[in-house]
Amino acid sequence: MTAVGPMPVRRVAGGIPLRPRAVAVGAGCLLLALVFGVLAVGGGDYPMSPSDVVRTLLGGGAPADEFIVWELRLPRVVTALLVGAALALAGAVFQSLVRNPLGSPDLLGFTQGSAAGALLVVVTGGSSAALAGGAVLGGVVTGAVIYALAWRGGLHGHRLVLVGIGATAILTGVNGYLLTRGRLMEAARAMLWLTGSLDGRGWEDVLPLLAAMAVLAPVVLIGCARPLAMTEMGDDLARGLGVRVQGLRLTLVAAAVLLTSLAAAAAGPVSFVALTAPHLARRMTGAPGPNLLAATCTGAALLTGADLAAQRLFAGHQLPVGVVTGVLGGGYLVWLLAAQRKAGRI
Amino acid sequence: MTGTIVDGNVMAGMQEDGPRLRGSALTLSYDKRVVAEGLDVVIPDRSFTVIIGPNACGKSTLLRALARTLRPAAGSVLLDGRDISALPARKVARTLGLLPQTSVAPDGITVAELVGRGRYPHQRLLRQWSSDDERVVHASMEATGVADLAGRLVDELSGGQRQRVWIAMALAQETPLLLLDEPTTYLDIAHQIEVLDLCARLHEERGRTLVAVLHDLNHAARYATHLIAMRDGRVVAAGTPGEVMTADLVEEVFRLPCRVIDDPETGTPLVVPAARRRTATR
Repeated sequence: MTAVGPMPVRRVAGGIPLRPRAVAVGAGCLLLALVFGVLAVGGGDYPMSPSDVVRTLLGGGAPADEFIVWELRLPRVVTALLVGAALALAGAVFQSLVRNPLGSPDLLGFTQGSAAGALLVVVTGGSSAALAGGAVLGGVVTGAVIYALAWRGGLHGHRLVLVGIGATAILTGVNGYLLTRGRLMEAARAMLWLTGSLDGRGWEDVLPLLAAMAVLAPVVLIGCARPLAMTEMGDDLARGLGVRVQGLRLTLVAAAVLLTSLAAAAAGPVSFVALTAPHLARRMTGAPGPNLLAATCTGAALLTGADLAAQRLFAGHQLPVGVVTGVLGGGYLVWLLAAQRKAGRI
Repeated sequence: MTGTIVDGNVMAGMQEDGPRLRGSALTLSYDKRVVAEGLDVVIPDRSFTVIIGPNACGKSTLLRALARTLRPAAGSVLLDGRDISALPARKVARTLGLLPQTSVAPDGITVAELVGRGRYPHQRLLRQWSSDDERVVHASMEATGVADLAGRLVDELSGGQRQRVWIAMALAQETPLLLLDEPTTYLDIAHQIEVLDLCARLHEERGRTLVAVLHDLNHAARYATHLIAMRDGRVVAAGTPGEVMTADLVEEVFRLPCRVIDDPETGTPLVVPAARRRTATR
């Protein structure tokens, strides 16, 4: 029991219904992500104070600072922000689409598809750019195949889960085989990519994802969030309310697959962000529905924070960011299960 | 000759103020399994129409087709004379509401928020919540007696309260036509009557056209103004409860020998199933 008695239906600003706590969570996470970002830009072999970092970002720094911030360190932070946001948004969309809190792209086969594409490039000795292309292509092709196999007079959540789990199993096998086919150096490079790393990212790595987010985030966040919330009450009810359910699903699957693949192309298949960020966001906002905006901001904060930890946790030794998100995400999942068990829900 | 002219006039009259919702030559199927073929149904305007029939007779399927959530394999559902599948989804949703049997209340949603979702077809991207919406949501909660629960979580309500909240959501959609798929299932008898009384009131006071699938024949006979009896994907009979609910028809439709007497409360038909074996009289 949280609220008692009659209360105003919703507060309204400019015709858009607001849940103050959800807005606060989104804004808070975004702020946190920016703080993590400034700290990350200021760290490293050439430390800078946060005020120097901010001054340089605003265009008033020394030429040396300018170079270090804009060319060396900022691309990495922006990559972390965007990859975290993209993965979390895709995760929130999939969890809502399949009506299953475990329905993240890592578990539905899309991430493995990206990995297969990237590994294929690595094994055949392709360049970094080709690797990114392979990841996108692998993800998109896998997405299309899973969609086609799961389609039966329309797309239904449970079929997507079953087909996705099957695809995950097959692709995991394929990926293992591809790794064994590579030479030792290639296999090591592939393993690092598979863990998920933001090391040495430049603007050229960020741009495709930035472009995709600029287009897809408004489409999903503004155009699809409300109809998606309606479908969570059941397909028939949503149709009765005037939602074109199948068109909506196709749009959302396409957007989420693209975001996942491009995020993988930029940073490798960083684990657990897509799974945990939407959960965290939902717990913080306490609001029903997919919580897309809050999840997106949470994901950005989560990955920038994880990358900061990956750089600073062990002096003189950087971890791939995927290790940190894996440990954090796995730990969170175990804690969640334990808490739910204590609450008697499982 | 005169007869033909009279017939012609009658036909013309029918077309002018013909029923807003009807199905014509409907073939309904799930994948390849055909549930009904060549089905014609008319929903009289401002009626409280109840569809009855044994399990798997196609009554819920018919309701889904009428609500545009199932596309007929052949034939068409006509809303105001136009094929419903060709109309814009939102426009239909402002005319015709559906309360399906299985609806899921999202975790952590309050009563007022759930009822507010009924306003979806009236909202646009840039104007998502108006004072009009606010007013309709409050009125819908008042009409269904859930206004006191506005801030409560739907998960915490009893079955009867929850069903009234769903009906409030459907009301908030403000449609002149409302379709309800087994609105009394899973409710105890007192809550069933409560929900049906609510439906009857909505029908009488607001002049809405209601279409409901019901299992209980006596509830159907008591509340309906128009009955449609189905068996094996066919409409066996349609008309007032007095015309439709006869012992012969109940036996034909349900394969249930019975007697039909007058309901001592309302005078509507009351179906009393025949005893398997006459028990010894005291």
